[in-house]
Amino acid sequence: MISSPPTNPGSIPALARQEPQAIHPWWLRMTHWLNALAVFIMLTSGWRIYDASPVFSFRIPTSLTLGGWLGGALLWHFAAMWLLVVNGLIYLVASVATGRLWRQLLPIRLKQLAADLAAALKGHLAHDDIRHYNAVQKLAYWFVIADTVVIVASGLVLWKSVQFPLLRELMGGYNSARVVHFYAMSGLLGFILVHLVLVILVPRTLLAMIRGR
Amino acid sequence: MQDQNDHSGPERRLIIKAALKEMPDAARRLFLRQGLTLGGLALLTGCSISNNASVARALRQVSKFNDRAQAWLFDSSRLAPTYPKSMITQPFPFNAFYPEAQAPVVDGETYRLELGGMIADKRPWTLEALNRLPQESQITRHICVEGWSAIGEWGGIRFSEFLRRIGADTSAKYIGFKCADNYYQSIDMPTALHPQTLLALSYAGSTLPRKYGFPMKLRMPTKLGYKNPKHIMSIYVTNQYPGGYWEDQGYNWFGGS
Repeated sequence: MISSPPTNPGSIPALARQEPQAIHPWWLRMTHWLNALAVFIMLTSGWRIYDASPVFSFRIPTSLTLGGWLGGALLWHFAAMWLLVVNGLIYLVASVATGRLWRQLLPIRLKQLAADLAAALKGHLAHDDIRHYNAVQKLAYWFVIADTVVIVASGLVLWKSVQFPLLRELMGGYNSARVVHFYAMSGLLGFILVHLVLVILVPRTLLAMIRGR
Repeated sequence: MQDQNDHSGPERRLIIKAALKEMPDAARRLFLRQGLTLGGLALLTGCSISNNASVARALRQVSKFNDRAQAWLFDSSRLAPTYPKSMITQPFPFNAFYPEAQAPVVDGETYRLELGGMIADKRPWTLEALNRLPQESQITRHICVEGWSAIGEWGGIRFSEFLRRIGADTSAKYIGFKCADNYYQSIDMPTALHPQTLLALSYAGSTLPRKYGFPMKLRMPTKLGYKNPKHIMSIYVTNQYPGGYWEDQGYNWFGGS
């Protein structure tokens, strides 16, 4: 029993009962990893573009950047943007169509959020069932979705400030769109760092994101 | 919950087994040992991948696709924002691929603007004749590909009007420019015909100074800085892709904003 491979779910009834379907459907896993690739390229090439004319008083070490020079970084950035946007749209459409967005990420109750936040800070957050998202987790996923929308919107203003006048005004003009783009990138980076630390703490989640179970 | 505890032993074993099977050894090691560290980030992002010939070719292909996407997005009736005089950047920055002292010296007296390609009247123009044409001015934002921007005031001839005067074939794809500083550039016809595209002869109300491109530059607030050629010596209309100084090194050709 114990050493039998899970080829036939019937041979391990308890496991089959417990996992009637994948934790993460195939489209979620696909869009997750494609997004990871797109974000990786966008971040590292974006840092090289930032260095060409830093908005703030610091530079990003060249060793962390992609593209070699400004022209190379721009090629990467404006190639990976298509992957980021198209893949992101596929994720959103599939999430809404299957109802997964609301099922997994809602509701977020304020009381639960406070309790989960306190538990998280004390390191007591339960994660026996990685199928279930706690309130902090749900909020973090909403944050990263919204943050990515802001990144794309501010990026559109930087790329085509004349062609998107409404977005440009919404961002407060070309120059502040640069600042918004940078802060939104920082928010995404913060999410990724926490995300990765939690994956290291609960490696089962990595497995679930690779094979679905 | 109960089930999970009962089967945590075999489940864990199965998980590990599946993980080993599904992740190639090298990839797993790279991800776990390096992928999560900043050092790994550096290792993975060395510029070597950009130098790979097939990667470079693929990136150039996407850049060509982006030219078409931008041409499609370009709305010739959409105007770049204009600003009051009080918002002009002081001093307006000098920017070129050489230091300011090396900006070319062009003699305005002997200067002749040469015309070529698909143009009906190719007679060269003196600076004086160009200055006699109707002039207009604009205060717009110059956006550099590096990210910085500056607001300036340019005056000159509406380029679409100039093209009409010389009988340029506006059904052609490209307009090319050759400059006194050996810079060369080319733009798409819709941008050439955009109402804010100026053959600029002045800056802030006086003759265009040498550092900003004497005797003339093409001013396009709908394009990034490198698309705006300075010290223009000749203009030609063509269907053959002419490229550009920076584009031939990897910058995007359309370069619109």
